[in-house]
Parts: sequence; structure tokens; C-alpha cells
Amino acid sequence: MLATNRVLGAESFARGAWTVGTSESFITVTTSETPSRSEAEMISAILAGDTQLYHELVRPYERGVYLMALSYMKDKDEAEDVAQEAFVRALRNLASFRAESKFSTWLISIALNEARGRLRRKSIVRMDSLDATPEEDGAVSPALLRDWREIPSEAVERGEIRLLLQEAIASLPDNYRQVFLLRDVEEMNTKEAAEALNISIDSVKVRLHRARMMLQKQLAPQLKAVTRTPQRRWLPWS
Amino acid sequence: MVIDCKHVWNHISGYLDETLSEETRTVVQKHLEHCEICSAILDSTRNIIILTADDRIFELPAGFSERLHARIDLELGDH
Repeated sequence: MLATNRVLGAESFARGAWTVGTSESFITVTTSETPSRSEAEMISAILAGDTQLYHELVRPYERGVYLMALSYMKDKDEAEDVAQEAFVRALRNLASFRAESKFSTWLISIALNEARGRLRRKSIVRMDSLDATPEEDGAVSPALLRDWREIPSEAVERGEIRLLLQEAIASLPDNYRQVFLLRDVEEMNTKEAAEALNISIDSVKVRLHRARMMLQKQLAPQLKAVTRTPQRRWLPWS
Repeated sequence: MVIDCKHVWNHISGYLDETLSEETRTVVQKHLEHCEICSAILDSTRNIIILTADDRIFELPAGFSERLHARIDLELGDH
């Protein structure tokens, strides 16, 4: 699993870069993995007229764009609207994509701009509160445990575990949750997350650390309790 | 150099991402070797990160992809 490798391993991304020529410009694509090679080629082909390829290009990013939209809008229908709009805008502006960063980063930043614009128009929240940096200097204390028995990924199949994880992430402060979603759920690297959110690399690191500590503080005792208590009955649908 | 638990907590994330300087990493590593509390914090944090990265945690609403691609088709049809 990619996430496992990254967390246990390193941010050692073997990077490749190449340049794709189009009729109007050159697009340099930097990437961490092979699928992006075809991504650069797809962008080139779409710009050259094979527009149906756009469906394939964006398919891997549907969830990430939706999650980030949801993180801002906090409403499933509105998040879906924002996500759709972002994908359409990206299509309209594909020719202007200058990929010093990855296509996914560009796409996420379009979605975030769309979400911010909608919230601003609706005046649901003041943008300075949404983008504020709360307690950047405040330390987060973790939950203290004496031992930790690893919870295997299969546990996620249990609805109650999934719900605990979802609720804990939802309860994070907005700007911590956004960094966490990009780094640890969508598996962007620090630089990409910084670009997508238009914040500094240091802010990404600080917010990610706080988010992880907050999740550990909330989740570690809950998960420990849930996974160690023998279930009284086995329900096939639970 | 010896550091206390609270200082180690500040480095948990960097330790997991392997972004600490060699010097800091060594100090943290030494602390972890003899501190069961900090080791459990590190292990639980790593475990939680792996669990939250699981694709099954966040799923798209039913029909999301179909609606999105229909919208994209509409857009492509306009050009």
C-alpha cells in the first residue's frame, strides 16, 4: 500500500521530469510515479483535439477534489457542485496549465478557489476565519499509552471503526483538516500540498503535525477500546 | 544530548516522514528505545495514519462519477 510505504519509509520521491510540446507552449511535467507520464501525454492529446481523453485524465482525482470541496462546503450536494465546476473549469483552462507542479495540484487549487468563491458569495463564513492559522505555536499533547497493539487495515471494514476515523478527521480545525486530507489521505507530498493550498511548506508541516497529534489524541484511546472489547454478538451486517 | 518526552512529541510527524536532521533523529531514536510511552505514541500515530489513508474511509457519493462525466460530456459537446 502506497500510504504504508510513505509513512514507514520516507519522502524520498524518485522524481522524473520531461517536457511535452504543444502547438502553443511547452508543458514540463514533474512527477513521482509512472502513471503521470501518460498523464502528460493525455493532456497533450486533449489539447490536440482528443477531448474524450479528459474523462480518463481526471478519473483518479475525483475523490480528492470532492473531499477537498466537502472540507470547505461541509455539505455533500454543494461539495459535488463545486467538484463538478472545478473539473469543468480545469477542462476550459487546460491550455493554460503550466505544470511546474502536478496536474492534481492544479486541479485541487481550482476546486479550492471555486469553494472559497462560493462561500464568499454566500457569506457563510468569513474567509479570514477559514484560512486563518489557529494556534500555530500551540503544542498538541498526544494521548499517553503504555503500549499499542497494531490495528490491521482489515479493521476498516468494520463500520464503527470507519465512523470513528471519519468523525475524528471531520472534527479537526478546517485548515488542519485540509492539510491532513491532502498529505495523508490523498498522499500528496509537502510541496504539492503547499502549492495546492497556497501556503508555505513550513505551514504544511506544522499543520500536518498538529492534525496527526490531534487524531492520535482522540483516536488512540477510542480505537484501543473498540478493538480490544470482544463483541458480545456477531452481527453479519455490522 | 538527551531530550524529554514533550520534545520528542514535537518530532513525531517529522520522524514518521523522515524529515528530521540526522542529529535530531538520532536523539529521538535513542529516547524511543527506552521510553515505552513515546514508542506507543509513535506506533499509534503511524497506525492511525495508515488507517485513515485506506480508500474505504472516504467514498464518493453514489452516482458521483456518472453525474460528473455526464457534465463533462455536456461541456465537451459545447465545443
